[in-house]
Amino acid sequence: MTDPGVTDLGVTDLGMPTVASDPYGHLRGSEPFPVAARRSLADTQLRQNLGHATRTIRAKRAGVVAEVDDWEELRRAGEGIKADVMARLPELLVQFEEAVTARGGVVHWARDAVEANRIVVDLVRGTGAQEVVKVKSMATQETGLNEALGEAGIAALETDLAELIVQLSDDRPSHFLVPAIHRNRSEIRDIFLREMPDVDPELTDEPRLLAMAARAHLRRKFLSARVGISGVNFAVADTGTISVVESEGNGRMCLTLPDTLITVMGVEKIVPTWSDLEVFLQLLPRSSTGERMNPYTSTWSGVTPGDGPQTFHLVLLDNGRSNVLASPDGRQALHCIRCSACLNVCPVYERAGGHAYGSVYPGPIGAVLTPQLTGIQGTDDVSASLPYASTLCGACFDACPVRIDIPHLLVQQRAAAVDAHTRPTTQDVAMRAAAAAMSSPGRFSLVERALKLGRLIGRSGRIRSVPGPGAAAWFGARDMPTPPAETFRQWWARTRGPSS
Amino acid sequence: MKIALVATCLGDALFPRAPRATVELLERLGHEVVFPADQTCCGQMHVNTGYLDLALPLVRHHVEVFSGAADVAVAPSGSCVGCVRHQHAMVARRGGDEELARAAEDLAHRTYELSELLVDVLGVTDVGAYYPHRVTYHPTCHSLRMLRVGDKPLRLLREVRGLTLTELPDAEVCCGFGGTFAVKNAETSTAMLADKMANVLSTHAEVCTAGDTSCLMHIGGGLSRLRSGVRTVHLAEILASTADQEVPA
Repeated sequence: MTDPGVTDLGVTDLGMPTVASDPYGHLRGSEPFPVAARRSLADTQLRQNLGHATRTIRAKRAGVVAEVDDWEELRRAGEGIKADVMARLPELLVQFEEAVTARGGVVHWARDAVEANRIVVDLVRGTGAQEVVKVKSMATQETGLNEALGEAGIAALETDLAELIVQLSDDRPSHFLVPAIHRNRSEIRDIFLREMPDVDPELTDEPRLLAMAARAHLRRKFLSARVGISGVNFAVADTGTISVVESEGNGRMCLTLPDTLITVMGVEKIVPTWSDLEVFLQLLPRSSTGERMNPYTSTWSGVTPGDGPQTFHLVLLDNGRSNVLASPDGRQALHCIRCSACLNVCPVYERAGGHAYGSVYPGPIGAVLTPQLTGIQGTDDVSASLPYASTLCGACFDACPVRIDIPHLLVQQRAAAVDAHTRPTTQDVAMRAAAAAMSSPGRFSLVERALKLGRLIGRSGRIRSVPGPGAAAWFGARDMPTPPAETFRQWWARTRGPSS
Repeated sequence: MKIALVATCLGDALFPRAPRATVELLERLGHEVVFPADQTCCGQMHVNTGYLDLALPLVRHHVEVFSGAADVAVAPSGSCVGCVRHQHAMVARRGGDEELARAAEDLAHRTYELSELLVDVLGVTDVGAYYPHRVTYHPTCHSLRMLRVGDKPLRLLREVRGLTLTELPDAEVCCGFGGTFAVKNAETSTAMLADKMANVLSTHAEVCTAGDTSCLMHIGGGLSRLRSGVRTVHLAEILASTADQEVPA
């Protein structure tokens, strides 16, 4: 009963793969969320780091959002622009391709991660470069481009400070915006001392000194790099302009110093016109870093002779996005501008951390985007555990700058997970039994009478445990009151007589 | 006003004090309460666990039972009303039953959470209650963000004689219940519960109240396990208490 294409593994009319390829396992994790979360919940340092960081960034965001009188109107504008883009994405992409080409860029279309990686590897090989500098990019994290380049003998250097920390420690990012949010500064100092040649052995954990060390480490690379690789925040269809939004200036270096720039862009990043940026450049910094205005906003259109890279390649990446677009509700997930506000307000993310999701897209938006990109294949697909990693508390919707109805999408993806069951689970059996019991008043009364047996095992009005596999999960931390001597309907019948 | 009571399955079977208090309170305020005895469950657990096909007959049953029952319906549960208001029509449409979806929408417009009914429909904040205890209020997520009840429960509590209201730190953060989440992701649920309980205990309240039995079952289950001595009491029970008849502990 799900939307066609969500779980089907066939091929659409366009010859596009319906789900993402995931050559390095960056979308589909290796274990279900509850198993991975168990580990992170027990990590005291991680809990401290995440609690502190998300609390700080939540307060900062709340402050700057409250300053804007028309914040709700801005959110609605962002939602409207994105809905319009999704409704006519094919024509906007063609318009965008023509504009980029007219301005001297070369456009490549990649059906999936494997194809995108192959295109980029071939392009870098063509330049003869052995090393590339990278701007922080979720799309290339998704495709595992660094690994693909590494296999081709090309070193990819992450230049965003937090990505650099993650890369140096052979770790995985755990947040869109703050990939090393799970690390504190003394851990970062240790990583720098261990992994950076020429670093001052007296380095302390003072943030300014850590930034200076990274700056010195990176500067040499910027000046020698011949190829830069970036992602995209926004792509303007009518002018062929690309915009990258960052806070450190490393992106500006990567986008302007090398001879060759290769940009990988998810096809959903389109906005129709230049003036649409006005909306998103207000929504994004306040939602993500809690800043009023973004520090480094780079925009470029094709190639400008004598200024910046003289060769510009753009790789348009599908990797499951057409599948998401095919779902009338689910496509909202493509509206995401990767601000990470939903991660920062999510009580599940705050405690379990980004790695528990197994995907480069963690948190509430990741829990609805990842299973749509990968598709849910069978009963034991770990992607199916993601939409259940939420209490449906709704904090994510309130924080989302483009009003993605994440709680609704979570329910929808849970339904997709249930529909993908290839054999009945314990949960299926329990839910069918519950539905049968609730489907008639007579049967429900029988269940109520059976529940009263619970009065036999309670002490002082409390039940501390009951046998059974599902029960252990509840009674591990919580008591239950003993069932009442009289149900509500019995009280009603006794005091009010036969009911209506 | 004639008001149909949605007792909720959990309230009927395990926590009857909340629906009883709802009846007593509304009758004290001069209204007629009816209890359509064929009611079972709104289907929230099935919907929110992804069993939308199994939820469809439950939605149909709920709509059939309540559509003609009274002018309005009330439930002492933000999440059950949230399901009725925001999910029943969706479940019906997904099942291809447009007629049911329209009937569900009509009923949804006439179904209220208790604090909404009191403040918005009946226009009352002082319900004449007396409850001489130190109380903190947890605004459950579905009341807060699905129904947007805002400060209505607090306005009702502030008018209760004898009651000392203490502010709950980080009140708007989820308690970690989340229906089947509490079992499927028991450890994350417990981690959230631990923080909620720490905040409740920091208020030195005797009683933690909320508008949803299920969240209180979770918070109360944790507080009981800790032998904290803090009770969980549904908002309806506090509002139903009077100097003559305090709802028993």
